[in-house]
Amino acid sequence: MLHSVKPCEQQTGGGFCFENSRRNAVLESSLSEFGYKAPSARKTGTTIAGVVYKDGVVLGADTRATDDMVVADKNCMKIHYIAPKIYCCGAGVAADAEITTQIMASNVELHMLNTGRPPLVAMVTRQLKQMLFRYQGHVGSSLIVGGVDVTGAHLYSVYPHGSYDKLPFVTMGSGASAAISVFEDRFKPNMELNEAKQLVQNAIAAGIFCDLGSGSNVDLCVITEAGVEYLRGYDKPTMKGQRAGQYRYKPGTTAVLTKTVTPFSLDVVDESVQIMDTE
Amino acid sequence: MAAAASMMPYFAQQISSKNDLVPDWMGQEVSTGTTIMAVEYDGGVVIGADSRTTTGAYIANRVTDKLTPIHDRIFCCRSGSAADTQAIADVVTYQLGFHSIELDEPPLVETAANLFKASCYRYREELSAGILVAGWDRRKGGQVYCVPIGGMMVRQPVSIGGSGSSYIYGFMDSNYKPDLTKDQCLDLTAAALSLAMERDGSSGGVIRLASISESGVERKVILGNQLPKYSTH
Repeated sequence: MLHSVKPCEQQTGGGFCFENSRRNAVLESSLSEFGYKAPSARKTGTTIAGVVYKDGVVLGADTRATDDMVVADKNCMKIHYIAPKIYCCGAGVAADAEITTQIMASNVELHMLNTGRPPLVAMVTRQLKQMLFRYQGHVGSSLIVGGVDVTGAHLYSVYPHGSYDKLPFVTMGSGASAAISVFEDRFKPNMELNEAKQLVQNAIAAGIFCDLGSGSNVDLCVITEAGVEYLRGYDKPTMKGQRAGQYRYKPGTTAVLTKTVTPFSLDVVDESVQIMDTE
Repeated sequence: MAAAASMMPYFAQQISSKNDLVPDWMGQEVSTGTTIMAVEYDGGVVIGADSRTTTGAYIANRVTDKLTPIHDRIFCCRSGSAADTQAIADVVTYQLGFHSIELDEPPLVETAANLFKASCYRYREELSAGILVAGWDRRKGGQVYCVPIGGMMVRQPVSIGGSGSSYIYGFMDSNYKPDLTKDQCLDLTAAALSLAMERDGSSGGVIRLASISESGVERKVILGNQLPKYSTH
């Protein structure tokens, strides 16, 4: 490992040097020999979904962030702001998704100022995929970009290696399979708003119940020509239900007929103190 | 393959084995699996592709359009890594568009093919892309160029590519004849793709066809239930 002083200079052509990734892989394998585990990136588990309906798009996400098998955040926000009428759901490595969307939001703002025009969803997707391709999949964020621009309502899914798909309905994350089954069954083009919201909520709920990596609440984001409605906590399907009744009887259930008090006098025979070992 | 590619499978196994919450297909790259085909005829070309994009065993997109326009009369059929082929196609579209403006005339199909070859060969260690470049130009009419993994470039009257192509080499060798008409080419392509899609797990969905000639581009989609049928299935 240490025989080459400047490993990056040996890289052919230009581009990024992924030498550290190789070092990390070697370190991980040597650590596991001793029984230690390298710190792992927190992933959001996640079910995210999006649908194009009559007047715009509806984006949905669950709100659970996991650290291996422990829930790290019960109510995190996975629908990120990119532009006034473009939002992005993020799955995969939590930090990567968060930072990538923040970088995109900055770039879009700069682009808007440069061109003097409101942004296009296609522009956001292009910048995202070019950045993710540059990092060859090491930035582990899978994103659903949806919004409304001058050309209409659009929905894209972008994968960590930099490929994208333009579709009328998309799902991503560990709960994608559960959510896509709801869409494949009930999606129709040009749905009404309530139908679309119900469909997305059902799809996310499918992910929440059928995928271990997703849970807690359903967040929705409705984007139309008129504006954005961010519905945080739109549905809470995992709330504990109200108990219908109690086994414990209320005081007064049994009527008291008579009451007799007999005092029981005791003498102190022996007194001893034992100190507890509280160390 | 160099550092980047050799690390990929290691990480992929790590993610799927250490974390039960992440399904097996999450660690794998999006691939087009694919069956693609291009045929020359007198006056143009016919190109065709299936519509399945997979991440491991999950179908990420069942209606993919793998026939990507590079210029008005030049298309490419993409197979291999979705990210790599989309990125290369974007680069070549830009380069060819710029070149065409400088030339002030429509570009040659051979130029487009050479641009693909240049990128695919230079970055051959990092890329996983098999591309068919097909189109029409005034100088040589309809042409098909094959740029497989590794970056070779060769002109062929008919060419197939992708994982599903292995199953139809025999069909192509026995059924292709030179001097077919446009409609015969369309039927041959639809039949070949249908057979490949039936046998290859990574190919499926709908058949997308396009015919390119001097007059323009005609696109057609053959849905799943309208695919040509054969006796064994």
